[in-house]
Amino acid sequence: MSVDDKIVQDFVNNKVELVTTVPCKQLAGVIDKIDACKDIYHIPSNKEDEGMGICAGAFMGGKRSAIIMQNTAIGVTVNTLATLTQYYRMPLPMLISYRGELGEPVACQVEMAVHTKAILAQLNIPTYHFHHEDDVAELDKILQYTFMCNKPVAILTDASFWKGY
Amino acid sequence: MIRSDVLKALIPVISDHFTVCNIGLPSQEMHMMDDQPTNFYMLGTMGLSSSIGLGLALAQKQKVISIDGDGSVLTNFGTLPTIANNVADNFILLIIDNGSYGSTGDQPTYAGQKTSLAAVASACGCENVVECQAEDAVETMKAALASDKMTIIVCKCESGNIPVPVITMDPVVIRDRFMTEMAKRNA
Ligand SMILES: [Mg+2]
Repeated sequence: MSVDDKIVQDFVNNKVELVTTVPCKQLAGVIDKIDACKDIYHIPSNKEDEGMGICAGAFMGGKRSAIIMQNTAIGVTVNTLATLTQYYRMPLPMLISYRGELGEPVACQVEMAVHTKAILAQLNIPTYHFHHEDDVAELDKILQYTFMCNKPVAILTDASFWKGY
Repeated sequence: MIRSDVLKALIPVISDHFTVCNIGLPSQEMHMMDDQPTNFYMLGTMGLSSSIGLGLALAQKQKVISIDGDGSVLTNFGTLPTIANNVADNFILLIIDNGSYGSTGDQPTYAGQKTSLAAVASACGCENVVECQAEDAVETMKAALASDKMTIIVCKCESGNIPVPVITMDPVVIRDRFMTEMAKRNA
C-alpha cells in the first residue's frame, strides 16, 4: 500500500470525517487521495488559520477533523493554536510537509525549517517526525493519541519520507 | 443603532439557535444580554468566527449563526470563497458592519470607506447575500432563517460601544456547555 493510501486509511479508521488542506508539492498525492475518499469531506482552505477554525467548528459539531499543510504554516498559526485549539482544548492532527530538510532544492524553505521544531516545542505541541517511509506505521497510534488527549499534534513529514518532493 | 442595539433586537429571533460570537465586544454583549449554552464565545483568535461557524454547520444539522464583524471579516477574507464553495444551508453569517474595529477603540475599517463586504461576498460566489440597515436586521434574519438557505447578511450600523464586563468563564466550560447542548439537540 502506498504511503498516501495508508494515511487516508488511517484517517478513515480513526473516524476523521473532515480534512482541510492548504497544498504543498510534497503533499499533492495525499491531497488527491483525500479529495477522492468518499468517507472524508475535503474542504480546501485559503489560509491555515482559517482551516483550524473550520476544524474547531467540526469538532464542536461532533465530527473529527484534521489539517494537512506545509511547515511554513506553523509561522502563520501560532495565535490560533494557542488561543483556539489549545485554549479550548480541542484535538487537531496536523499532517505537515516538512520542507527545508535534506533534499530541499529551494533555499528559502530552510529559513522556516530551522524554526519549525523550536516553535512547536515552545507551544508544547507533541511532535513526530517521519523521515523513513516505514515511519508511517505510527500514524494510526498518533491519531488515537491526538483524540485521546484533545491537543493539536504535529506530524512532520520530510522529503526523505516522501522520496523526493 | 449601534452593534449592541442590533444584538438586543435580534436576541428574540436568534436566542434558540447556535451562535458563534466574535471575539471582544460581540461575545461580551451576547454574554451580558443572553448568556446560554447555545452561545459559543470566542475569547481570542480574531477573524475565525465565520470559519468556526462553517465547520459547525458542515458537521451537523442544527442551524448555526456566526456573529461576525466587518473588521474580523477583513482579517480573514479567505473565508468568503471557502463559504461560497462549501454550501451549508444551515449556516448564516451575520456581519455586523459598523465600519470600525469596535473592540479596539473604533478605528475605521475599509468596510466603512470604499469597500463593500456584500459586493465582496457576492464576487466570492456567495449566493444569498443581503445588505440591510440596522433597523431591518430582525426582519432580514427572520427571512434568512425561514429560507433554509445559506445566507450572508451584512448589517450596516453605527459605530459605538456600551460598557460590558469581560467574560471570565473558562474556555473549556464554554466549549463543553455548547457541545453538550448541541449533542442533545442532534440526538
Ligand atoms: Mg466593526
